[in-house]
Amino acid sequence: MSETVLRVKDLRTQFALDDGVVKAVDGVDLEIGRGEVLAVVGESGCGKSVMARSILRLVDKPGRITGGEIWVRDPAGGGLVDLVPADVRTVRQVRGKRIAMVFQEPMTSMSPMHTLGNQIGEAILLHERVTKAEARERTIELLGRVGIPAPERRVDAYPFQMSGGMLQRAMIAMALSCNPELLIADEPTTALDTTTQAQILELLDSLRRDLGMAVMLITHDLGVAARLADRIAVMYLGSVVEHGDTASVFRAPRHPYTKALLGSVPKLGSGSRARLTPVRGMVPHAYQRPTGCPFHPRCEEFMAGRCEVTVPRPTAGPEPGREVRCLLYEDGGGSHKNAGLSKAGDSAGDGTGDSEGDA
Amino acid sequence: MVTATDPRQATALLETRGLTKHFPIRQGLFGRTVGQVKALDGIDLRIAGGQTVGLVGESGCGKSTLGRCLLRVHQPTAGEILYRAPDGTPVDLAALDEQGLKPYRSQIRLIFQDPYSSLNPRMTLLQIVGEPLKVNLGLARPEIEERVAELLRRVGLRPEYMHRYPNAFSGGQRQRVGIARALALSPRLVVADEAVSALDVSVRAQILNLLKDLQEESELTYLFISHDLGVVEYMADEIAVMYVGRVVETGETDALYARPLHPYTEALLSAVPDPAPSSRRRERIVLRGEVADPSRVPSGCPFHPRCFYAQDRCKTEVPALREIAPGRTAACHFADQLQLRGVGE
Repeated sequence: MSETVLRVKDLRTQFALDDGVVKAVDGVDLEIGRGEVLAVVGESGCGKSVMARSILRLVDKPGRITGGEIWVRDPAGGGLVDLVPADVRTVRQVRGKRIAMVFQEPMTSMSPMHTLGNQIGEAILLHERVTKAEARERTIELLGRVGIPAPERRVDAYPFQMSGGMLQRAMIAMALSCNPELLIADEPTTALDTTTQAQILELLDSLRRDLGMAVMLITHDLGVAARLADRIAVMYLGSVVEHGDTASVFRAPRHPYTKALLGSVPKLGSGSRARLTPVRGMVPHAYQRPTGCPFHPRCEEFMAGRCEVTVPRPTAGPEPGREVRCLLYEDGGGSHKNAGLSKAGDSAGDGTGDSEGDA
Repeated sequence: MVTATDPRQATALLETRGLTKHFPIRQGLFGRTVGQVKALDGIDLRIAGGQTVGLVGESGCGKSTLGRCLLRVHQPTAGEILYRAPDGTPVDLAALDEQGLKPYRSQIRLIFQDPYSSLNPRMTLLQIVGEPLKVNLGLARPEIEERVAELLRRVGLRPEYMHRYPNAFSGGQRQRVGIARALALSPRLVVADEAVSALDVSVRAQILNLLKDLQEESELTYLFISHDLGVVEYMADEIAVMYVGRVVETGETDALYARPLHPYTEALLSAVPDPAPSSRRRERIVLRGEVADPSRVPSGCPFHPRCFYAQDRCKTEVPALREIAPGRTAACHFADQLQLRGVGE
């Protein structure tokens, strides 16, 4: 891997609420190299957004990072610095300068009271020693870079005068303003139309190519992940259950959850109409985290006596850089390995959606 | 175009002819009309009985307005909605008044997009699902309870849940409740307007399978409105693609996906990110610009400012939706000359 721009080790973020503790992020390990795109995929409530926000220490109370390390390149010098114990000053320097973030809804992430130029220019003025006029010049240049037509006029536009796709471009321009090494994009295209989504993905891809910027792409859309990412991390209930090179994970998923997720998406142009094989049941309530492997109540390859007891450790293989957290693959796995594959095909999970959970 | 002698005519459950809906833009103190949003502009659409027609397009293309016109939530500005009543006689729903519509209200039902805002939080499932039974059929409470229990069972919920309130349920379960409510009166046509868009991937697949099972059990006809081309391919027998208030292409699903006839369809298909490992190498068409504003529709072909194949003729002449091959129509001047790329194979 090229030079590391972010290394997360055993990150834990918890929300202490009146009714109990929600372990939103529960021991996540990730690493991103320069110019690399890592997709973090998972369904709502799997903790992917909280994880992303934790990296920039943006988790609101009562959420708290309770453990782990977040190493980024030190804004003051050459080495790495751990953001978890870092002081506010360091964190501020990292935000925007080293790592920038783009949020899901461009409409609500911008101030409706200020022009684009003011909002983007503010970030430049904060981080760099430039005059207002220079900041404005930079802003126009950035707006042009992200493909906004007539940037010298748009710089004075207010957010309500722009379409969703254009605003998302402006958000990306804002994120680029201080040449970050890493862009964290939290569902950047979810609120956009298909053709606009394709435009934004194209833009992110070109930024990576031309500027060597690393991207952490948080998404629930496996297609978006496949389109852009070099590597993929699949999250379920706060932990990364499978991790590896995108093509090999999609070609040969190992974790039963990854398999089920892929089985839930209709294949475009397949023409086969093969019945979808979704995960049965639903994500358990945050307070009732299952014991052992968090996925075991919904797993098609559940092994009684093992999965509900033992928390699986990350297991490497078969390709280098791949890792899976599943007892099937620990200590050689067992005879169950192949039986499960055929079983997943014919036991459709629908109609049983209510059989568990907390309704 | 479908003519009166077409044998397929006999099986059409619903057909629109020149269906048009314009919303006036009003401004100023006296509400002067300063323009028209042309949400629907002469829609010809045919929905065969027992089939699923997928309606695709991006936001603002009028697909929801079309669904709402069929349900007569909106009063169409012009055009006909020919519905074949159970006894076989065609009825123009667009011309009926409130009173005349009443018998048909129970035969065409809607599944809403958002399972959170479409259920009244102060009503129990029994009240939500049972309301149409009470209002339309005037059933007594024990009968309603029995029917609601049966409906809940059909959509995969436990009958015991009927005394609970929506807040006790997850998004997927709420959507099942919405489906149970839509099915309460044994409708013939169900309009599903982005019915799975608010759901997570795995829950979405569960609901799609449920909709398919229900269709098989009770010979339902669906108008399945969605922006998600993967989902539509899975659900629909026939597809209609909309762009700025018009149908630009129709056809049988597999044929349309394999070889689109309209450049917009080609671009849409190409823009869908697909998790299949092979699709990464696929060359992509990224459209210029954005969806046209339906209050200022471009002259000529509405798609011409974004079209890679546009020629001078496209700027001035509006292409009509015409038959290109059997069962395939497209609104493009060059539909029979262009070799467009689909997905698959």
